[in-house]
Amino acid sequence: MSHAAAPETQDDHDDHGSHGHHVVPLSLLFGIFMVLMFLTVVTVAVTRLDFGYEMNLIVAMAIALVKAVFVGLYFMHLRWDAPLNGFILVVSLLFVTLFITFSLIDTAQYAPAQEAAAIRTVAP
Amino acid sequence: MSDAHEHAADHSGGHDHPPHLAHHFETPEQQMESGKLGMWVFLATEILMFGGLFCAYAVYRGNHPDVFLFAHQFLDTKWGAINTAVLLASSFTMAWGVRAAQLGQKRLLVTMLALTLLGGLGFMTIKSVEYTGKHAHGLWVGPVNAFYQSGGVLANADNFKEADKYLDKKKAEKYGKTGGHGDHDHGHGDGAHDADHSEGEHHTEAHADDHGEDAHAQAEAEPADEATPDPEAEIVLTNIVPTQIARPAASQGGVISGLIQNPVRGVEGGRSLYTGVGAAQATHQGSHYPDYDELAARDKLTTSTFFQIYYVMTGLHGIHVVIGMALIGWILWMSGGPWTKALVGPVASIAFAGFLVFVGFLTEGFPAWLVVSIGLSVVIGFAAGVLNVVKLGSFSAGAFSPEYYTPVDLVGLYWHLVDLIWIFLFPLLYLIH
Repeated sequence: MSHAAAPETQDDHDDHGSHGHHVVPLSLLFGIFMVLMFLTVVTVAVTRLDFGYEMNLIVAMAIALVKAVFVGLYFMHLRWDAPLNGFILVVSLLFVTLFITFSLIDTAQYAPAQEAAAIRTVAP
Repeated sequence: MSDAHEHAADHSGGHDHPPHLAHHFETPEQQMESGKLGMWVFLATEILMFGGLFCAYAVYRGNHPDVFLFAHQFLDTKWGAINTAVLLASSFTMAWGVRAAQLGQKRLLVTMLALTLLGGLGFMTIKSVEYTGKHAHGLWVGPVNAFYQSGGVLANADNFKEADKYLDKKKAEKYGKTGGHGDHDHGHGDGAHDADHSEGEHHTEAHADDHGEDAHAQAEAEPADEATPDPEAEIVLTNIVPTQIARPAASQGGVISGLIQNPVRGVEGGRSLYTGVGAAQATHQGSHYPDYDELAARDKLTTSTFFQIYYVMTGLHGIHVVIGMALIGWILWMSGGPWTKALVGPVASIAFAGFLVFVGFLTEGFPAWLVVSIGLSVVIGFAAGVLNVVKLGSFSAGAFSPEYYTPVDLVGLYWHLVDLIWIFLFPLLYLIH
């Protein structure tokens, strides 16, 4: 019954390869996997170099971001998906960034007072 | 709902209307796109949930950068890196599985899902090794943590000593047997931490003489000399707690002007860990635990918070891995033929028993509940296996086809998100320089 329609539908998919039913070539998947493994080795190795506390953090986060982009685009198919899906991801990340940024700005304002308080508890 | 089902049943006969297409969708295409959209909205909420934890991390690290430098040394970069690789590999097999589903390669799909599941199990096994290791060395969460302070005093002196020895051992492994404390001779200036990773080996050769205390890395009960407190020594009250300026920046800004004149001073009522430690010694001079002693008072006060953050972040992530494994197990069951269906449950049950045995060995103890759980898992696994094989004929063939594989795709997305979060957790927690 419905299975009779299967070959038809499959042809249909092949025609509309870019519509979210995109089949990622195995070689590409494997290539992405190797890139991710390589970047993991790089991010561990780069810890041994000293760029300064903040710069090391930025480098590590940049590598993580590149890895995340690879996972998102290829493993999660965002490259071929409806743009709305990627949009949702980016917006959620944007809001997380907003959240963290404002929290950091806020905590920076209080830092001196907190330091004073922390010292007083030890040295009354 | 039942209405829709009746309709679906009606339609499946006459029209070219696939059985997996719900009534309210025009085409399978539209149905799948909608499912994906819903999944992405859910993943967005997941990201926001983890965002709260990343925020806690950022605020705490922003306020206590030195704590992170000190405390992250307790985490095992090696295990963290291996776990990253394991999770990436399972992400790859999951993506391959989705591809197999798209192409209708049913056997390959089952294989890939099984491999992905194995990756999840491997990840959780390594996580168990790490967690039990931390627990054994006094680095558990909350008030039992080695660095937990109560009223400005370390609350768990035994755990503190245990963690101290543990760090020594780790450093000895990392820098070679004789190069234990790469950072013994600094700690006064800004470059205090720079030598920690990169120069550890140089210290071995260049400053061999300065490092009498390095022997602690190997010998635990070495007699103490003046500059080297004995880690095995009785813990006594010495009424001295080092109080340093918490943040030079803050004092330079004139916020705490009084402390500029007295950068270091002893305070009554505190407790020092080693016999005969004076104020100067406690504030660094050859103390056994330089990294910790270097920390400002306010940083010491909150060092245990690092471990709270570590456990909550990796713990929530670990829960996601377990949920992802359950989902993959479900998909594996759906996509498999009769034999796969018959074996997934029993194999999972027996694998769980194996995991529990492993946990028993890790924690060096088999309490009654653990033995009962192991026995039950094995019995249930074998019984279910026999029953399933007997009624093999009642299991249907795999449910997924190139026309309908949405669940595989969505579970795949979930699994990739779990991977994605770990990609950020790993450098943030394990790789601090």
